[in-house]
Amino acid sequence: MKDTIRIASGQGFWGDWLEAPVRQVEAGPIDYLMMDYLAEVTMSIMQKQRSRNPELGYAKDFVPLMRRLLPTLVRKGIRVSANAGGVNPIACATAVLNEARDAGLAGKVAIGVVTGDDLMPRLEQLLAAGHELKNMDTGEPLEAVLDSVQSANAYLGAWPLVEGLRRGANILITGRVTDTGLTLAPMIHEFGWAPDAWDLLAAGTVAGHIIECGAQCSGGNCMYGWERIPSMHDPGYPIVEARPDGGFVVTKHDGTGGRVSVQSVTEQLLYEMGDPTDYITPDCIADFTTVSLKKNGKDRVEISGVRGRPATDLLKVSISYSYGYKAIGTLVYAWPEAVKKARAADKIIRARLDRLGLNFDETVTEIIGVDATHGRLAGKPDPDIAEVQLRIGVRGLERTAVERFSREIAPLILNGPPGVTGFAGGRPKVEEIVAYWPALIPKSEVCPKVEILEA
Amino acid sequence: MPKKKSRRAKKRMATKKVRLLELAHARSGDKGDTANVGLIALKAEYYPLLEQQVTAARVARHFRGVIKGGVERFELPNLGALNFLLHGALGGGGTLSLKTDAQGKVFSTALLRMEIEVPRSLRV
Repeated sequence: MKDTIRIASGQGFWGDWLEAPVRQVEAGPIDYLMMDYLAEVTMSIMQKQRSRNPELGYAKDFVPLMRRLLPTLVRKGIRVSANAGGVNPIACATAVLNEARDAGLAGKVAIGVVTGDDLMPRLEQLLAAGHELKNMDTGEPLEAVLDSVQSANAYLGAWPLVEGLRRGANILITGRVTDTGLTLAPMIHEFGWAPDAWDLLAAGTVAGHIIECGAQCSGGNCMYGWERIPSMHDPGYPIVEARPDGGFVVTKHDGTGGRVSVQSVTEQLLYEMGDPTDYITPDCIADFTTVSLKKNGKDRVEISGVRGRPATDLLKVSISYSYGYKAIGTLVYAWPEAVKKARAADKIIRARLDRLGLNFDETVTEIIGVDATHGRLAGKPDPDIAEVQLRIGVRGLERTAVERFSREIAPLILNGPPGVTGFAGGRPKVEEIVAYWPALIPKSEVCPKVEILEA
Repeated sequence: MPKKKSRRAKKRMATKKVRLLELAHARSGDKGDTANVGLIALKAEYYPLLEQQVTAARVARHFRGVIKGGVERFELPNLGALNFLLHGALGGGGTLSLKTDAQGKVFSTALLRMEIEVPRSLRV
């Protein structure tokens, strides 16, 4: 057994810095490259893409990235775990295998494809069997929006990935696997952790939580001393040095920018946190109030003491459904009396919408530069402010009403308050809303599947 | 004749008001229509002050008119941190929200605007 493995985070979301995984592979030693591509609504975007083209429905960026990295990955023996497969992991794996063959790597790349998370084809059957798939936030049963459901995926944990590694895969491509599972799986595999070693599984889960958002634990979006964090044009993405006893160090490659400190790691530990004693994943429950952090050299933080509890019998299901339309329009008002003019314009637009008899679920006005992010907490605006941006958004079930709204912004340039500009972007875009519906399902209803495809 | 100072006035003399920005750093994120704010003491000695004064009720008052639901607080003394859940904070949350900060990314700094009473002798 190795006494340490190095797991590097290369992508914190679909759209993260393209250079990050390349730097992780090239700038120093690592054993695993972990990449998280899936946010809550990403699955529904991918579902839409697959419905238009059965060859799509995964993180497309992953394929050219693998083309770029595969020769080095193979040469250095680095394995990859990524949930880039989205709603079509097989198509994603096939595309990567084609790249491997083109690169002359036939016989050297084995892809472990993890599926079984997609519950969409079985949705009616599950409901018929008495699983209500109630919205975890509102308690409403799924029946209420069943006709508009676009995708339904169970969050799988680390174990199917462990199976893939055991069967010799050097690239793992999954659908909806938890962000933390992507980091935990290599530890379970390398160190032979048992399915009921709750403290160890919790330690690996905490490690996963720390690095799942890429640079957000290594200097990115770090409030603590942000101006003194060096070389942020080239931030080092985080690396976990894991040990068999569950202790681990968070660090980054030498010679990269950014900073790994107790403060930067603490900020990330608290990101998207609920009850810290009860961090539930498919693999265990981690207690974040047992985590102990200590500086251990430059850009090195040692984490120890993590305690865990047995996993629950349930899996979370990420369901997306269509919910009407929205559009957001903006205009800029300049000094003098910029705020007054923006407020007057808002009143005018609202009066015109009323007169047209348009009904919206919600109409939201913000004045950027005054109250958009902190509301009344921002205090009174500077009466001499150079300019502000008026931002009005509407949401409704009928597309026609939202479309009509989108035509009510531009006229203000000629028939509203003076000192207005900034309409270069044209009419606001009408967007179809795909909303998120979190639910729970018994683990016994979900069967993860692992296939090994070889180049 | 000088009046005897009230207890409140005495307390005022022994303390000063400080913005949380001087005492803590923070990070926030979202879960549906709930924003979370992790508030982290800049120095270990500040944590007891945060724990004592930045209560769920205080935070709910601070965000009155900005959020629609209640506030929950969890303590993480191991990290010198408090975690707050601000319910009904994100205009429906996720893709439903029409707000600039639909994912609650800067509720963190909005909390740092709050002022608390600290001993006058405390160096910040």
